[in-house]
Amino acid sequence: MKPLTLSAFTLTTSLGIGLRAHIDALRSGRSGLARCAFESARLDTWVGQVPDARLAPINEELAAFDCRNNRLAQLALAQDDFLQAVAQARNRYGARRIGLFVGTSTSGLFQTELAYRHRDALSGALPSGFNYAATHNTFSLGGFVRARLGLQGPAAVVSTACSSSAKAFGSAARMIAAGLCDAAVVGGADSLCLTTLYGFTSLELLSSAPCRPFDIERSGISIGEGAGFALLEHSEEHESAGTVQLLGVGESNDAHHMSAPHPEGVGARGAMDQALTSAGLTARDIDYINLHGTATRSNDAAEDKAVYALFGSSTACSSTKGATGHLLGAAGIAEAVICALAMGERFMPGSVNTRRVDPSLRVRYLLDNATHAPRRVMSNSFGFGGSNCSLVFGRVQ
Amino acid sequence: MQVFVESVGLLGPGLSGWPASRPVLTGVAPYVPGEVPLPSPDALPAAERRRTGLEVRLALNAGLDALVRSARPPETLASVFTSCCGEGHAIHQICEALATAERVVSPTSFHNSVHNAPAGYWSIAQRSQAPSTSLCCFEWSFNAGLLEACAYCLTEARPVLLISYDLPYPEPVHAVWPMTGTLGAALLLAPRATSASFARLDVQTETDARAPTRMQDPALEALRSGNPTGRALPLLRALAGPAPERLVLEYLTDSAALVTVTPC
Repeated sequence: MKPLTLSAFTLTTSLGIGLRAHIDALRSGRSGLARCAFESARLDTWVGQVPDARLAPINEELAAFDCRNNRLAQLALAQDDFLQAVAQARNRYGARRIGLFVGTSTSGLFQTELAYRHRDALSGALPSGFNYAATHNTFSLGGFVRARLGLQGPAAVVSTACSSSAKAFGSAARMIAAGLCDAAVVGGADSLCLTTLYGFTSLELLSSAPCRPFDIERSGISIGEGAGFALLEHSEEHESAGTVQLLGVGESNDAHHMSAPHPEGVGARGAMDQALTSAGLTARDIDYINLHGTATRSNDAAEDKAVYALFGSSTACSSTKGATGHLLGAAGIAEAVICALAMGERFMPGSVNTRRVDPSLRVRYLLDNATHAPRRVMSNSFGFGGSNCSLVFGRVQ
Repeated sequence: MQVFVESVGLLGPGLSGWPASRPVLTGVAPYVPGEVPLPSPDALPAAERRRTGLEVRLALNAGLDALVRSARPPETLASVFTSCCGEGHAIHQICEALATAERVVSPTSFHNSVHNAPAGYWSIAQRSQAPSTSLCCFEWSFNAGLLEACAYCLTEARPVLLISYDLPYPEPVHAVWPMTGTLGAALLLAPRATSASFARLDVQTETDARAPTRMQDPALEALRSGNPTGRALPLLRALAGPAPERLVLEYLTDSAALVTVTPC
């Protein structure tokens, strides 16, 4: 594919609000995970929660979109001069030539969970204030962000579970290449809700301790929440040094199981292979891989096999989910932004919470931050339904 | 964007597969709505077949109706799934469970609740590791899927199967978000004309809202306007007929898609 420039980006997670907080947290190896105190959840687990007090209601003409997920998106959009960057792009291209492709897994489902608690005792009806279209529907995030940013180009929400916001990069790249828009806002948001907390509990995939990716004692995921966005544009012939570019996208399916990865990581390997092909690169060109690394026994073992098959044990890898938790549909954008920060800040993040790497895993797994500056990086995101996506980013030298 | 249609699948009330639906869509045969049978596809392994929900069955059966008239190896096809409301029955079961004191969520309901559940089951049924995505664009999900499928087809230069599906939420969500009928539609699109292609589509977006092309039959028009996948019906009617047509499809509140159908 032709490289696309990330001319602006931002991220909000339990590590902090905006890029600066993430740089500081990643540099110091801090984790945003804390014992779960989300709403009425009574579960022995840890979560990466953005403080409720920071999630301001959505007011005025967009008030119908008010729900936790859109509040999180609203908070993220307001950081790092992202709104200004999009406004400038609107002036350059026109609102009708800027697409919007964002990912979410559960959208505003928490709103529906609350509404089901307050059904009419006789009729079973939901409370009158419940707005399905603007909050629960998977497109709620897309409708809100498009309106908030004043965009009028093509739009869709990608919802492929935990690969959602990674795959949004692919949709945007294709729409730009096909000429339907000149630029696109990509990213996504996923917020804590009871469906994922109790759902992952039902699958016995939630850890009772902060998650420990690739650790010999790893025992499952910690769920996090977050929102991140990036502005994608055509790259100039000679981009200035420091510019971050999307170089390649690879997508595949496991065709194996709805909630367990292929044990040999066949689909994951296919996505990584295609991302390299799409970028016109080989495995040796990649300096760092931000792994999906959820800290379930099966994901980390399968991903290790897939990465080892392509990269051997020389390429530095880590999962940042020990810091952020698993942001589900927002994991792709969060880890894309972390990759961009790693290239810009000239370090490779070590794996927070991981103590001893499982000796049966063979990739070169970073426990501590490495000061080597990565020039080209890969980010992996895999999801339920066997949906895999790998992205390749580079930094112009 | 120019793509070529190689096959169509359709499943809805009184629309039992593409061959039987063609004369109904063109007005040659009367439209008689009826039940929509939703068997769990035999192509799935037994364990998965038992776990499928109604939405997955609808999407898979619509896709299979398109595949049955195609010689392309199904495992090689990229796919785009699109739906306004996704997996309403699984989400309803979970929300009901979460409203009880025990909060026991079924693991099957949980993995069936993801918007890409049909894509997951489809890839298992077809043993397909080909790329696939799952989209939502509220009431305009069919059109968003069509744009994604066309863009994929052209930029990746490979055929793609588009599957759009929507069926009503159970109560109590149905009362606040009512939907008409059960409808699944599939289009097998190719980047170049082949011996299998029978129509060319020229698709472009229009950045002004325009009055959409409607269905003449009132019951089919009710399905078009009442079910998000129904927004595909004018395009399917044009594909069923012998003449070229220019169509306006609804897309977001401030846009439209213009589709020219040229038989070939």
